[in-house]
Amino acid sequence: MSSFWSIWISVLSLIVIAGCFLLLRVCSKNTTDVKEGESMGHSFDGIEELNNPLPKWWSYMFYITIVFGLVYLALFPGLGNYKGLLNWTSSNQSIGTEKGIKADSAAAIELAAKEGMYVQYDQEVKHANEKYGPIFAAYLATPLEELVKNQEALKVGGRLFLQNCAQCHGSDARGSKGFPNLTDSDWLYGGDLATIKTTIMNGRHGMMPPKGGLPIDDSEIAGLAEYVVKLSGREHDEKLAAQGQGSFMKGCFACHGMDAKGNKLMGAPNLTDDVWLYGGSRGVIEETIKHGRAGVMPAWKDVLGEEKVHVIAAYVYSLSNK
Amino acid sequence: MMNHSQPTGADYNYTIVRQFALTTVLWGIVGMSVGVLIAAQLIWPHLNFDTPWFTYSRLRPLHTNAVIFAFGTSALFATSYYVVQRTCQTRLFAPKLAAFTFWGWQAIILSAAITLPMGYTSGKEYAELEWPIDIAITIVWVSYAIVFFGTIIKRTTSHIYVANWFFGAFIITVAVLHIVNSMAVPVSLFKSYSMYSGAVDAMVQWWYGHNAVGFLLTAGFLGMMYYFVPKQAGRPVYSYRLSIVHFWALIALYIWAGPHHLHYTALPDWTQSLGMVMSLILFAPSWGGMINGIMTLSGAWHKLRTDPVLRFLVVSLSFYGMSTFEGPMMAIKTVNALSHYTDWTVGHVHSGALGWVAMVSIGSLYHLIPVLFGHGRMYSIKLVNVHFWLATIGTVLYIVSMWISGVMQGLMWRAVNADGTLTYSFVESLEASYPFYFVRFLGGCFFLTGMLIMAYNVIRTVKASKDSLPALAEAKAA
Repeated sequence: MSSFWSIWISVLSLIVIAGCFLLLRVCSKNTTDVKEGESMGHSFDGIEELNNPLPKWWSYMFYITIVFGLVYLALFPGLGNYKGLLNWTSSNQSIGTEKGIKADSAAAIELAAKEGMYVQYDQEVKHANEKYGPIFAAYLATPLEELVKNQEALKVGGRLFLQNCAQCHGSDARGSKGFPNLTDSDWLYGGDLATIKTTIMNGRHGMMPPKGGLPIDDSEIAGLAEYVVKLSGREHDEKLAAQGQGSFMKGCFACHGMDAKGNKLMGAPNLTDDVWLYGGSRGVIEETIKHGRAGVMPAWKDVLGEEKVHVIAAYVYSLSNK
Repeated sequence: MMNHSQPTGADYNYTIVRQFALTTVLWGIVGMSVGVLIAAQLIWPHLNFDTPWFTYSRLRPLHTNAVIFAFGTSALFATSYYVVQRTCQTRLFAPKLAAFTFWGWQAIILSAAITLPMGYTSGKEYAELEWPIDIAITIVWVSYAIVFFGTIIKRTTSHIYVANWFFGAFIITVAVLHIVNSMAVPVSLFKSYSMYSGAVDAMVQWWYGHNAVGFLLTAGFLGMMYYFVPKQAGRPVYSYRLSIVHFWALIALYIWAGPHHLHYTALPDWTQSLGMVMSLILFAPSWGGMINGIMTLSGAWHKLRTDPVLRFLVVSLSFYGMSTFEGPMMAIKTVNALSHYTDWTVGHVHSGALGWVAMVSIGSLYHLIPVLFGHGRMYSIKLVNVHFWLATIGTVLYIVSMWISGVMQGLMWRAVNADGTLTYSFVESLEASYPFYFVRFLGGCFFLTGMLIMAYNVIRTVKASKDSLPALAEAKAA
C-alpha cells in the first residue's frame, strides 16, 4: 500500500472512532433547553420524544469498546501500513513479497525471526513440528513392512486418509467413478508397499488418448467396445467382437498388452478382470475409447511430507492385505 | 390514487401501502416455505427429486432472496411509505412513480423466482441475480429514493422524525451497496463476471453483504420499530438524545464491519483487524435502538399482558439485542476461529432474520393492516396470539439447535489427537449434526405455520364488513 492510501485509510478510521467518542461526550450533557425527562415538544403523528439522558451503563460500555478498539489498533496491524507494537503478522507472505523471497520458505521464516516479527503461522507450524515431528520421524524410520503390523500407526494412517484422501477415494476407500477403489486387489500401478508409497508421494497421471491416439475410425468404436466386453468375459456379439479385435491390433496392445491384461508401468488398466474405473457398460466403454480419459492423482510429498505419506501408504496397503 | 376509506380523514396514499403490506405476507410464506424445504433437504436429500431446479444450491439463494428482498423489503416499502406520510403529515410524492416501484419490485421478485432455480447466478451471496435484473433493481430503487425523499422535502412538520432518518439511511446506502457490488462485465444476457477479482472481490462482496444486514435488515427495520413501537404502546420515545447518538454511530460504524466475514483468509491483516475493531465498537450503538424501543414501554408494561401485537414488537427487540450482542462477539478473531463456517453463523443470522426482522415486520403489519382497511383491529386477536407463540417457539428451536450444532462442529473440526492428526473427519461432524438439523426443520415448520395463520387472519380482516372490527378498549389509547 502506498503511503498516501495508508494515511488516507488510517485517518478515516480514526475520524470515525473519534467521531463516535465526541458524539457520545456531547450527547451525554443536556445541551437542549428542554429539561431532562420532558418531551422535546415535537409530535409526529401523535408520537412524542422525551429528552431522557443516555443510560450510564450503556455509555460506559460504549467508552470501553472504544478504548479496547484503540488499544487493539495500537498493538496489531490495523491502520494502513502501521505494523503494531507487537510486530504480529498472520503469515510471512508480506515479508516474502517485500524482499522478493518465496513465502513459507526457510529464508522467509528466518528473515521474519531476524526482524523480530511474530509470525503466527510460522509459530504454529514450529510448535506442531516440535510436538508431533518425533512421532512421525519414528514412523518414517520404521520400514513399511514393519509399519503395516503396527496397529497404532494404521490408526493414524486411517485418520490422515480420512482428512486428505477420502474426498476422492471415499471414507470407505472404495472409490467412485474415476477414482480407484483401494480395497480390492486390483492395482493400476501396483499394490506392493513401495509402489503405493511412490504413487502417493509423486502422484500419477493416468492418460488414455482419444482412440488411443491411433488411426481408428469412429465406425470401429462399437466393435472395439464389444471386444472389450468379450475380454471381460461377458456375453457378446461374436462377429462384432472379432471386428473389434482387428481394431485392437492396430496398436491398443502397445499399452494394454497382447493379452489385454494391462501394464502397471504405465498404469494401463487390465481389460480382462471386469473391474472398471469409469464404468464397464458398452456405452461408457465407447465413450472412453472415443474421447479418451485423463485421471490425476496429485503428488502429496510437498503437501504432507514423506513422514505422513509413509504412514498413509501402510494404511492403504492394509486395506487389501488384512 | 385517491383513497376513500380513510379512517383518520387525512388524505394519505394508502393504495401502495396496502399492496406492499399484502405482498409482504405472500412473499413471507413463499420465502419461508422454500426455507423449510431446504432445511428438510439437509436431512432427506432425496427431496430434490433428482432435478437440477430443486437442488439445495439453487433453492438456497431463492430462499435468501425471497425472505430478504421479497418479504423483508416489501415490508420496508409498505411501512416506509406509510410512516413517511404520517410523520411528515403529507401525501406521498410522485404517486405514479410510487406505483411503479410496486410493480417494478414485483417483476424483479418474479424474475428472481424464475432465474435462480434455472441456475442463473452471479455467484455473489445475497446478490446472485444477473446483470439485467441488477439494472432493474437500480431503476426501481432510485425511484423509491425519489418518492421517499420527495415526500420528506414536502413535509409539513418542522423536524424529520427519527424513523425517517433510519429509512433514509437504508435507502441511500442500499443503492450505493447494490451498484458498487453488482459492477460486472456481461458476457451474455444471462452471464456476467464481477468487475473485481481475488481478495478485492471478496472484500467488496462482504462490504455489500454485511451492510445488506446493517442497512437493509437493521437500519430499515429500526425505522419501522421507531414508529410502530411508540404507536402501539401509546408512549413517547424514550430518549431523543439516544436516538441521535445511536443513529449516527450505527451508520458510521456498520459500513466498516464487512471484513469480519473474511477472518483468517487472504484478506490483509490490517483489514481484518480494522473490521473486527469497528464491529466491536458497533455493539453499543446497536443496543441503543433496543434500549430506546424497550424503554419506550415505560409506563405501558401492563399492555404486554393483553396486546399480542405489542408482544411481537417487544420480543423482536429482545432478539435484536441478542443478535447484536452475538454479532460483535463473533467478529472477534478468536471467537470467529471457532464459529466461522459452522451452523453457529446460520443460527446467528436467523436470530436476526426470524427473531428481529420477521417479528418486527409481523407486529407492524398487525398494527398496519386494520388501519389500511378501515378497521379497529385484526379479525382475531386470539390468532395473533397463537401466531406470536408459534413464531417465538419456532425461532428459539431454530437458534438453539444451530448454536449447539455450530459449537459442536467448531469443536469437532479443531479436535486433535496426541499424534497431531484431526480427531474427526468432516463427515463425522456432519453425521453428528443431523439431530439438530431436524430440530431446525421443526423450528421452521412452527414459524411457517404462524405465517399461514397470519394469512388467514389478514384475509378475514380485509374482507370484514365495515365497523365489524372495532378497536378494543385497551388499544384505543394508541
